Amino acid sequence: MLLTVVIFLPLVAAGVLLAAPRLGGRAAVGVWVAASALDLALIGWMWWRFDPGDGASGLVDGLAYEADLQWIPTVDAGYHVGVDGLSLPLLALTGVLFLACAVYSLREPDRPRTYAALFLFLQTACLGTFASLDLILFFVFFDLTIVGMYFVIAGWGHGNARRSALKFFLYTFVGSLALLVGFIGLFLGSEERTFDMVALAANPPLADSPVAGGLVLLAIGLGLAVKTPLFPFHTWLPDAHTDAPAAGSAVLAGILLKLGTYGFVRIAMPILPDAWQRWAMVAVVVGVISVLWGAFVALAQTDVKRMIAYTSVNHMGYVLLGLGAAGLVASADEGARTVATVGAMYQMVSHGLLTGALFLLSGWLWSRGHSYAFDRWGGLARPAPVFAACLAVAAFGSLGLPGFSSFIAEFQVFTGALQAAPVATVIAVLGILVTAGLFLLTLQRLLTGDTVAPEEPDAGQETDAGQVQEDPAPARAGGGTAVAAETRQTTRIRDLRANEVVAIVPLLALAVVLGLFPRVLLDVLEPAAMAVVELVAR
Amino acid sequence: MSGALTALVLLPAVCGTGLLVTGRVADRIAGPVAVGVAGAGVVLAALVADARPSVSMPFLGIVDGGDLRLVVDGLSAVLVVLVAAIALLVTVFAVADLPADDARARFFGYLLLFVAAMLATVTAATLPTLLLAWEVMGATSFALIGFRWEEPGKLAAGTRAFVTTRAGDLGLYVAAGAALAATGSLALADLGRATGGWADVAAAGVLVAALGKSAQLPFSAWLSAAMQGPSPVSALLHSATMVAAGGYLLIRLQPLLAGTGWAATAAAWAGALTALVLGAVAVAQTDLKQLLAASTAAQIGFVVLAAGVGATAGGTAQLVAHAAVKAGLFVAAGAWLTALGTKELADLRGAARRYPGIGAAATVAALALAGVPPLSLWATKDEVLAGVDGTALHVVGLAAAAVSAVYAGRILAVVLARPAGDEAVDAEEPGTRRIPVLTTAVAGVLAVFAAGLGLLALPAVAEELKAVLDAQGETSPVLGELLLSGALALGVLGLTVAAVRARPAVVEWLARSLLGSWAGLGRLLSPRPALALARVLATVDDRVLDRAVMGVAASGRRLAGLSAKADDAILDRAVSGVVTATRRTADSSARIDNGLVDGAVRATARMFRRAGDAARRPQTGLLHQYYAQAVVGLGVLLVLLLVVR
Repeated sequence: MLLTVVIFLPLVAAGVLLAAPRLGGRAAVGVWVAASALDLALIGWMWWRFDPGDGASGLVDGLAYEADLQWIPTVDAGYHVGVDGLSLPLLALTGVLFLACAVYSLREPDRPRTYAALFLFLQTACLGTFASLDLILFFVFFDLTIVGMYFVIAGWGHGNARRSALKFFLYTFVGSLALLVGFIGLFLGSEERTFDMVALAANPPLADSPVAGGLVLLAIGLGLAVKTPLFPFHTWLPDAHTDAPAAGSAVLAGILLKLGTYGFVRIAMPILPDAWQRWAMVAVVVGVISVLWGAFVALAQTDVKRMIAYTSVNHMGYVLLGLGAAGLVASADEGARTVATVGAMYQMVSHGLLTGALFLLSGWLWSRGHSYAFDRWGGLARPAPVFAACLAVAAFGSLGLPGFSSFIAEFQVFTGALQAAPVATVIAVLGILVTAGLFLLTLQRLLTGDTVAPEEPDAGQETDAGQVQEDPAPARAGGGTAVAAETRQTTRIRDLRANEVVAIVPLLALAVVLGLFPRVLLDVLEPAAMAVVELVAR
Repeated sequence: MSGALTALVLLPAVCGTGLLVTGRVADRIAGPVAVGVAGAGVVLAALVADARPSVSMPFLGIVDGGDLRLVVDGLSAVLVVLVAAIALLVTVFAVADLPADDARARFFGYLLLFVAAMLATVTAATLPTLLLAWEVMGATSFALIGFRWEEPGKLAAGTRAFVTTRAGDLGLYVAAGAALAATGSLALADLGRATGGWADVAAAGVLVAALGKSAQLPFSAWLSAAMQGPSPVSALLHSATMVAAGGYLLIRLQPLLAGTGWAATAAAWAGALTALVLGAVAVAQTDLKQLLAASTAAQIGFVVLAAGVGATAGGTAQLVAHAAVKAGLFVAAGAWLTALGTKELADLRGAARRYPGIGAAATVAALALAGVPPLSLWATKDEVLAGVDGTALHVVGLAAAAVSAVYAGRILAVVLARPAGDEAVDAEEPGTRRIPVLTTAVAGVLAVFAAGLGLLALPAVAEELKAVLDAQGETSPVLGELLLSGALALGVLGLTVAAVRARPAVVEWLARSLLGSWAGLGRLLSPRPALALARVLATVDDRVLDRAVMGVAASGRRLAGLSAKADDAILDRAVSGVVTATRRTADSSARIDNGLVDGAVRATARMFRRAGDAARRPQTGLLHQYYAQAVVGLGVLLVLLLVVR
């Protein structure tokens, strides 16, 4: 019951917002913040009461806060939700990130009431996906997230928002159709003819038909690969991110991408253990290609948001590397495979926090100068030291510096995967070098040098009037170019606002806490990871 | 005592973080706080060096050795004391040297974090702990080297240092995986048990990490860029810490290297060649800090050589002695830079005479660097070379030792000379023309150690060190070797000074040679290939992958278009055709209608009219005629019936 409340509380709040058209914008976002905060508190309560157990637990047993209602009895699909060590961290991440987005959007000027309602709807969809223990329910929530995100991008995006939103929608929707085909395959292959994930994982279907199992895994894998996204299905991501509003990008990268990787751990691996073992090398190779491709392509970007988007491809590649290694049962012992799985699952949470923070920070650029182009910004450490400090911390976190959650994730992925797939892992390790280079280069370009900012299109709204001073000498390196001519030195750009700080700093602080005291999360994750590894090794 | 060990690492870490978070408000108290913390660090270091405690905190799970574990053994004890002591001295120097209006809270915050990371590195007992400390050290070095980020190129130098050392760090990630695969544990002590292919992988990883951190070949060039940092940073990072960490790691994991059969030899050669090549690079430098940087790589080369040949005591002694010597020289270079505004060797002519206190300290340190007896590096270098077996390696080592006398001689020949009066002082920044007493005191203390550690030449002292390091039985140099190397150093030093005085052109020629530009090693670290590859891949991403997807979408649309066209062309045309045909039919029907039917109708009507007229004609009203007509009609009917049947 508690879990159902957690899932649908945001939806109820959204309904309230829609039913009260007279509500002012600030008040509407206030309702949003309150609903998200309450939801997070409830998730915190769930975490507090959750007993992860010792040994392997989760997926097929040890489920907490379970609810199972009949829905479509003819195909044995039901409202089956529950929490284990795999879903709880992601539920918590969803709660944290949506609250951060709510606080970040306190000053949203454009139709704030609808915006808040849309995000609350999206939150329910995300929470529902992570809590689902039924394939049809999972699919419904999964598709609802796509719908919600489509409207966020199309309605509140900038640039070529409609086109990007449509590309996002069509691409991921086609992916979800592949997923549905796979689910139907699982249903038809199962002995009990059920869509229930727990029952399917306990008694995996298609165990004795490698071809059918492989094809079903292919369908599910394709669907999830589009969502994750993995090379070569990632090209919707940069466009969607570039044109999405900051909070939308944060949710898209922080939560929606996790639906893909979560699907691998929750559905593909435990329900199709045979097929996963057989095709694990494919997952490893795709993961490694995503790692390097994402890193290198990010290095070449000239747009901050596109760059962050490509680093997501890179980071999700590590997840696949770890999960693939978990399937290489013959070539690595159980300890190493479990370490790799723990790392992959840790990466999901870590990436959500750090990339969420990075995208919220990139929103600062848009709100202050309506541009994400590297060459139109410079020397921001001078006028905006808080922004600079936050960006530096987020960048070092994202490049996997020890002391941040990402190190815990990537170290375990590499350490665990090396035995199973030595060549692939050694190649993948290069990824953290390229990301180090690209993030430091980003800091150099944005924060140091002469202070440069794009001409404010509507001066006075974002920068306080009178504080913008023309400097007659645009002294940027290689000055005299068109770029230097159209930018001007702005001595005062408004630093992060209080609500932006309150939204971003906790994300970074959490990344540090999880980097220095990983037991907080590992105590919950490890039993579930052991369960996954045991289920895959069947 | 484990509390002392925890405090040793956590105190600087927490205080440093506190200073960073507080920001510029804390600028005024930052210096005193840092000195206090560093002073406490020395006390704590002495305590843990004596008590040898260990401490552990849960960190990663699943496998052994995932915890954060600090252990102090003999090697760690020596290094903890060394690092803490140099950190204190350099902190004092920084307080005196940094301008008052600098962002001191940020500087000392990062400095303390760096020291904490280095202390954790030399006490780490598990791979996660080591890697955590190791990389945090790299990141703080980035922040310290790029401390004056407002000035162009400074942060770029930090980036180069961090990215290069991280390239080496990748080796540690791989080594951790190999350790887990080979031993099922992440504890450093278990790494020596590794056998087979995984041991090779682990050793290779460790070797690469150490070479990167210690600026050995081929990674040396980042050290040149790192000289962009403030002088105290150079004095700390490039003497007892950071570059020393690689040498330390190889000494610590010597059993692993030795177990593989090739890694130890590779380390020995990498160290020896670095000592020689970077020594030659140092000779060709015209900038004092660049010269010192190259000589740092060269001197650490002897440590790496020692780790390779298994002379752990010699290597440790070399590490300690070099730390004192090089810190002293960097302090002197920094003091001159602040006072005279230049670090160009030519413009530092007579600097030691201008400021006799620090000049004396620098002279002692430079003599030690040259390997002049009875000073420290003379003793420790021979300790290292005594462990070398192969003749070739020995010759390279001796040559490298001779080269160190050349570059030390270059410094001495300049700074002890009489000022000519045409030095371009204030070339780089306005000098203050004064050297604070504190700076001189720091340099003096370091000079005392640089000279005093020559005691290691005494067999009794050397044996004591071996006992601490648990390295009994390693060979020490015999008296003949010591005398030979001492004479070699003195001879080369004298020749160098004479040559520099008599033929300054030689120096200029050297500076213009390839050696002057660090033997082109910088090119090896160039990011250009990576950037070019990135651009190519990004183009492929846009032009091929995205196009492909959009192509699929477009072809979908084209398909839709085609269907639409087919719809238009075939179905619609068919329909239209039908319509047209119908219309045409209709038209023709109409024409037929008009021409034929209508005509027919009209004709019929006409006919009927005519027929009517004709028919009217028989209607005569005469009955008999009607009968006759009826008979004809019936007859026709009858004929018809007959025909039809």
